[in-house]
Amino acid sequence: MAHGILKKLKLAVLGLAALASAAHAGESIVLASTTSTEQSGLFNFILPIFEKDSGIAVKVVALGTGQALDVGRRGDADVLLVHDRAAEDKFVADGYGVDRRDVMYNDFVLVGPAADAAGVKGARDAVDAFGRIAGKGVSWVSRGDRSGTHAAELRFWQSAGVEPKGQGWYKEAGAGMGPTLNMAAGMGAYTLADRGTWASFRNRQDLAILFAGDPRLYNPYGVILVNPARHPHVKRAAGERFIDWITSPAGRRAISAYRIGNEQLFYPLPK
Amino acid sequence: MNGLGLAFSDAFALLAGFDRRVAEIVLLSLQVSGLAVLFGTVLGLPLGACLGVGRFPGRQALVVLLNGCMGLPSVVVGVVVYLALSRSGPLGKFGLLYSPAAMVIAQTLLVVPLMAAIARQVVEDAWRDYEEELTAMGFGWADSVRVLLHDCRHSLLVAVLAGLGRAMSEVGAVMIVGGNIEHSTRTMTTAIALETSKGDLPLAVALGLVLLAVILLLNGIAHALRQWAMRRYA
Repeated sequence: MAHGILKKLKLAVLGLAALASAAHAGESIVLASTTSTEQSGLFNFILPIFEKDSGIAVKVVALGTGQALDVGRRGDADVLLVHDRAAEDKFVADGYGVDRRDVMYNDFVLVGPAADAAGVKGARDAVDAFGRIAGKGVSWVSRGDRSGTHAAELRFWQSAGVEPKGQGWYKEAGAGMGPTLNMAAGMGAYTLADRGTWASFRNRQDLAILFAGDPRLYNPYGVILVNPARHPHVKRAAGERFIDWITSPAGRRAISAYRIGNEQLFYPLPK
Repeated sequence: MNGLGLAFSDAFALLAGFDRRVAEIVLLSLQVSGLAVLFGTVLGLPLGACLGVGRFPGRQALVVLLNGCMGLPSVVVGVVVYLALSRSGPLGKFGLLYSPAAMVIAQTLLVVPLMAAIARQVVEDAWRDYEEELTAMGFGWADSVRVLLHDCRHSLLVAVLAGLGRAMSEVGAVMIVGGNIEHSTRTMTTAIALETSKGDLPLAVALGLVLLAVILLLNGIAHALRQWAMRRYA
């Protein structure tokens, strides 16, 4: 019996080792990125091109920007692709990352119920649109998850001179873009979304884009290598190869070529 | 067609068409949860049996603790395993985070208490019935544990199936320690969570139905095996 237990335990450990080694076969890097880039389908489109070209598999862990930066700080990813310039610069300045480069941009869109009780459609600019939402007190779902989109939203409330926290109409989802849109659709609420996630989102119900196009809704993405001096296990060569590729003419072409329907979702940087 | 109708027709198409991507995630789910349940069987059942037979100070407290751990939130286990396996954590040098092995470790921690708690109850009930007999035959507690584990094996199948159900259906732990990486750590449940966040609710429910079908199939096989074994050895 004891022998039987040992035999089974050995079997289980062998199985675990097989699983672990299967995961390590071939060269690969871990890319901590945002739900917006993963869920828009961009990675599924561009990464196979890079993988074919380089032989390096890219394992994407999709998180909010704040979480992705935390994962980088802990050394659990090799490369980050995120969208919160202020937080990115701090990450590099604090010595956690090196070689930050601009990759691409798209824009944020204000979505809400098509009836638009807050009259956001007639807003002069994005700040005015946020002011109107607060003024009417219509339901708003915030990401509330320290993501890049959440950081952008908080900047707009500040510009509009609104303190939304604690207001009855302001609900913090603490969730990714998709679940937040699901909530907004279910409640008939307004929210700020990145265009990529919105374009690929299927459960829109009554939601529509009510305001877009203000230059202030600009949403740039940057790529950062986790600092190998701080985390020696970071796959520096493979990570740099990815960074070189995504900012190269080939990478720019791949980003530009990705479309949903006829809509281009991301535009390479620098313009 | 409404959402649910669409979900059922999608599920049928996924099952009938034997979608390769779906087959891949079903296989990974089975591998990860199967290994976790194997660990649970080897560690949890004897642990529970010892607790069912043994009499020592603090035993009642241990029983309560074990029963309580059946309700361990999977997200908490996920975060704890994440912190342990993170490069900045105590086991970071093994580089296991975001791998299937990390998911097996997390799910093992989830199913061991559950399987041990059920085994403890089953074996304790049997111990009450056979204590005099086994003691008269000169069995010590270790031998009694061995005999009872063997005699209760048909009832203990429930513990194994409960462990399998918990492991296959949990999403909180595998999402955090596995990272839901395509072709690497995407399981049935993390795929369902992903489709839900993309707003593709019919596909999410369809994948859920596929998961349910897989779990039902496993339970059916277990039931048939048990019937066969009982007829053969009864």
